[in-house]
Amino acid sequence: MSIEKMEAAELLSKNKFNVDEEIAHIEIDKTICAQCREKPCLYVCPVVLYKLDKNGDISFDYAGCLECGTCRVVCHDIGSKGIVKWVYPRGTFGVNFRYG
Amino acid sequence: MSEEAQFDAIIIGGGPAGAACAYTLAKAGKEVLVIERADTPGAKNVTGGRLYTYALEILEEGLSQEAALERKVTHEQIMMLSGDRSISVDYHNPAFNTAGQPPMSYTVLRAVFDEWLAGKAEEMGAMLVCGIMVDDLIEQDGKIVGVLAGEDEMYADIVIAADGVNSFMAQKAGLIADIKQETVGVGVKEVIELPADTIQQRFNIKEGEGAARMLLGCTEGIHGGGFLYTNKDSISLGAVFMPEGLADKKKSVHEMFQELKMHPSIYPLIEGGETVEYAAHLVSEAGFRGIPQKLYRDGFLMIGDAAGFVINTGYSIRGIDLAILSGIAAARAVIGAENAAAAGARYVTELENIKLLPIMKAVDGYFDLLETPFIYDKVPNLAIDVFDSLFTVHGDVPEKMSKNIMKLIKTNGLSIWQFIKLGIKGVRSI
Ligand SMILES: Cc1cc2nc3c(=O)[nH]c(=O)nc-3n(C[C@H](O)[C@H](O)[C@H](O)COP(=O)(O)OP(=O)(O)OC[C@H]3O[C@@H](n4cnc5c(N)ncnc54)[C@H](O)[C@@H]3O)c2cc1C
Ligand code: SF4
Ligand code: SF4
Repeated sequence: MSIEKMEAAELLSKNKFNVDEEIAHIEIDKTICAQCREKPCLYVCPVVLYKLDKNGDISFDYAGCLECGTCRVVCHDIGSKGIVKWVYPRGTFGVNFRYG
Repeated sequence: MSEEAQFDAIIIGGGPAGAACAYTLAKAGKEVLVIERADTPGAKNVTGGRLYTYALEILEEGLSQEAALERKVTHEQIMMLSGDRSISVDYHNPAFNTAGQPPMSYTVLRAVFDEWLAGKAEEMGAMLVCGIMVDDLIEQDGKIVGVLAGEDEMYADIVIAADGVNSFMAQKAGLIADIKQETVGVGVKEVIELPADTIQQRFNIKEGEGAARMLLGCTEGIHGGGFLYTNKDSISLGAVFMPEGLADKKKSVHEMFQELKMHPSIYPLIEGGETVEYAAHLVSEAGFRGIPQKLYRDGFLMIGDAAGFVINTGYSIRGIDLAILSGIAAARAVIGAENAAAAGARYVTELENIKLLPIMKAVDGYFDLLETPFIYDKVPNLAIDVFDSLFTVHGDVPEKMSKNIMKLIKTNGLSIWQFIKLGIKGVRSI
């Protein structure tokens, strides 16, 4: 192995996860996101889980979330936040850091 | 303990704040329950990082010498980056590591350390349950009396929130609002495995010795900075960014950090290593002025990151030691108070006694200094330009240094006036 720039997905493959397949701990409301001009979530998520699809809409997948909370903190308050739910995953689910 | 209560205290979160609090309470014979959402304490936690040992020694003399830590820090380093270039400063003071005394600080990996510290609290008699997330607080007649986790209700004389920087518990208690983006940084880090010998060679250190390095000028002008710590068999390389700046720059945290890895002055340090983990976490940046107005209410206290106890001076970050101190202070308040209602006010007194609040107050001014936007790009660039002109030799007649520096200040988009103002601000604030 050598050191090189890695895509977020590759970095995530190094981590240990126990993804909660039943309950999403983060949910977004795409109709609110559609009105959000700056879309800061695209830049702040360390694993780039917020993406623009080909229609220019936000797409999001909670698997791979490192539970940092940055997206929630920057989510623009345009009356209401596009991130309509942000809680920690249920006990034992989510990321399991072996080093931290 | 009141009739309804099953415990003297319930602590939410098994990080350093919660574990130190539980340790002290259990040692005094209190019935204490720690609830941690991760499978094992530490499995959700991320730090730079290093731990200053004095806090563990206050918890229990000699504790730092059996703690699960990495390398004692013998080399304090600062590195300024600009483009491909860099300046490094290496500070070595043997007095930080005097024989017969605990070394001043160690590098640390949190999954390992937190599990060890929580284990110590258990040895003292604290009860620890993992894999359970607390969903809510239970309130009766204006007093917090317990916690709700799924269907389960648990009651105690006092509930202590040690749930970290995203403290939902302090929010539910009504003591803080949701986090504001200008008060936090997002930290990302890779743990890169390398043989111990290789680390020792590259950092010019002996077995058991380590380096702590802060990186400035690696955030493209965004308020933030990088860090590098040598562990026993790995290197923790990371960076912290103020999220506000990222959205303006339209560049992702991920991208900027991957570029830092490949910097010609960083890459040789990690070359040949293998990334074994990628982690991220928020860190409070507001310091003393970010501490909530009220740290308690009837039946409820908040400690550690939940209470905003982090110091960032730009050349060092301290949060683990303050988490431990606040855990001890809260436990002392609970032990010393006549009843739960009196514990809150006493907690603030104990925070003063253990010097946490005075320490944080003394460095409050760094916040103003670190708000100066040009210290994140123009200043490192200027310093490097000056070094460049010192070391460049090519047979031409060199320009007079003073004239050259004035020119460089100008080409970097700065003015002498800005430096004078920065100087005044610096003297005033730190
Ligand atoms: C990138 C970065 C670098 C840093 N570098 C350093 C450094 O070098 N030195 C230093 O001293 N400090 C450093 N810090 C700060 C330091 O990591 C924190 O201040 C410290 O971890 C705070 O400890 P804590 O116990 O208060 O919180 P945490 O360590 O965050 O612990 C909170 C615990 O509560 C649990 N929890 C949360 N919610 C619930 C719930 N609802 N139910 C049950 N459990 C819950 C979590 O799983 C976690 O175990 C750094 C921070 C970051 C992000
Ligand atoms: S910042 Fe919030 S509202 Fe805006 S696009 Fe992202 S999730 Fe939606
Ligand atoms: S919590 Fe952090 S890792 Fe998870 S989606 Fe939000 S920004 Fe990304």
